[in-house]
Amino acid sequence: MSYKIEIQSLSAWFGSKQVLQDITMKIKENLVTAIIGPSGCGKTTLIRCLNRMHELTPRAKVTGRVLLDGEDIYSENVDPVTVRRRIGMVFQKPNPFPMMSIYDNTAAGLKLNGVADKHRLDGIVEKSLRAAHLWDEVKLELGKSGASLSGGQQQRLCIARALAIEPEVILMDEPTSALDPTAAAKIEQLIRILAENYTVVIVTHNMQQAARVSDFTAFLYLGKLVEYGLTKDIFENPKSELTEKYITGEFG
Amino acid sequence: MRSYSFRKLEDRMMISLAYAALIIALIPLISILVETVGRGLSAISFSLLLEEIPPLGQPGGGIGPAIQGTLIVVALASIMGIPIGVFSGIYLAEFRQSRFASVARFLNDVLTNVPSIALGIFGWTLIVVVIGWSVIAGAIALAIMMIPIVTRTTEEAIKLVPITIREAAIALGVPQWKTTLTVVLSSTKKGIATGILLAVARISGETAPLLLTILGSRFWFSGFTQPTAALPLAIFNFSQSPFRTADLPRAWGASLILIFIVLAINIIVRYITREKYG
Ligand SMILES: Nc1ncnc2c1ncn2[C@@H]1O[C@H](COP(=O)(O)OP(=O)(O)OP(=O)(O)O)[C@@H](O)[C@H]1O
Ligand SMILES: [Mg+2]
Repeated sequence: MSYKIEIQSLSAWFGSKQVLQDITMKIKENLVTAIIGPSGCGKTTLIRCLNRMHELTPRAKVTGRVLLDGEDIYSENVDPVTVRRRIGMVFQKPNPFPMMSIYDNTAAGLKLNGVADKHRLDGIVEKSLRAAHLWDEVKLELGKSGASLSGGQQQRLCIARALAIEPEVILMDEPTSALDPTAAAKIEQLIRILAENYTVVIVTHNMQQAARVSDFTAFLYLGKLVEYGLTKDIFENPKSELTEKYITGEFG
Repeated sequence: MRSYSFRKLEDRMMISLAYAALIIALIPLISILVETVGRGLSAISFSLLLEEIPPLGQPGGGIGPAIQGTLIVVALASIMGIPIGVFSGIYLAEFRQSRFASVARFLNDVLTNVPSIALGIFGWTLIVVVIGWSVIAGAIALAIMMIPIVTRTTEEAIKLVPITIREAAIALGVPQWKTTLTVVLSSTKKGIATGILLAVARISGETAPLLLTILGSRFWFSGFTQPTAALPLAIFNFSQSPFRTADLPRAWGASLILIFIVLAINIIVRYITREKYG
């Protein structure tokens, strides 16, 4: 099995404040990699560096390399827009476009990039909503506002929206933190299914969730990568004392 | 600790005070409306709307050219002022922290407060002196009045769009400029429309800059480089006329029509930009 993403000596700053320090890790293709760590340790920043969203924040800076299929996404001739089409993102809080219908939300990435073929859009919208396990709940009301759905449904809509542009990697930033356990369970199931076709990187606060859904786990602390390996090893056999303390709930 | 009944009394007094202030604020507004409708309505007729403007004191005629002139000048000013204002507002919102943006924002605020007569003189010196009293000169002066209002309200409206919406689009691989022009603008349509309305309403009633630029006329529109009539000028002339019985009703009629035009633009813009959900 090959590596989809290779992070090499990645450091990140907000202004003069360094929040990621020299992170190096390789992310395997078609598996789920979880990033865990206490609040403020840099999890969100790390995944935002993977699709070049970090640099959108004023005065934010990144150094190091991130290879996607062996090619550095930070090299000068790479357009961040292309990177973002290959690496989709689902945010911590569901953020459907409030002024768009369910259909338009799902098709947004394509429509905004100029796809107008109704037939093709119809097909992709259905496929993406099915993949996000939302289709059966919304198929009769695709014209309804995306904001009128429940929180869990909205998050699945955001997943469908990310899938519709057919990315290769999906980044998820605490996708279930705003949801109740039932809705969260649905998203977790979904993540497992997605891993059959996509490389998934998920940030989570929830240790059980990391253990349930991920194949690999990275533990981040104060902007440093403390430990990274098979989820099973991290949870049953952590090498670092810090990791052990964190997963047993001694701090965090 | 004050007693509960005392606090309740205090509460009531504050509410009554606020209520009274509101009533006082509404009295002049309502009386203007009542007066204008009452006096204006009886002056309105087909010939008032459709005929050329008579010399002061003469019977017959109407204010047709003034209605036409106002519509043309305001439309032309809007065609120039709205795009410039909206795009400047977008720029200021998108490049918030750039040095140029803060200078531009400051100048824009200064421009908002320039008295309209000063803009009239500006239009007069720069345009009228060169090409003569003209529709174009008036439209430019009014456009200059609109721009800072539209710019400011557009900027504020865009700033209110949550960053999460913008990021959602960017993360989908939508280029930044396109994100702004589609997702951001469409979720702030109402805010921008409000700014445009404010600006249009404001310039529709302006008299001072028009006196110095379009001059006024009694005849129908005869070209963009010619003087033209306008409602505020007609209201001004008729109300200052020594022939009160003949001309004062015309002034009220013209006022009512001006209010009606502003109201109609308001309703149309609100209808066009109404939100599908919400
Ligand atoms: N826009 C910003 N400007 C300045 N500093 C920021 C900004 N966003 C985050 N930070 C800082 O960067 C550090 C890492 O933040 P990050 O959001 O990556 O943490 P996180 O691990 O995702 O935390 P959480 O679990 O609470 O979401 C924090 O110390 C935070 O204060
Ligand atoms: Mg976070």
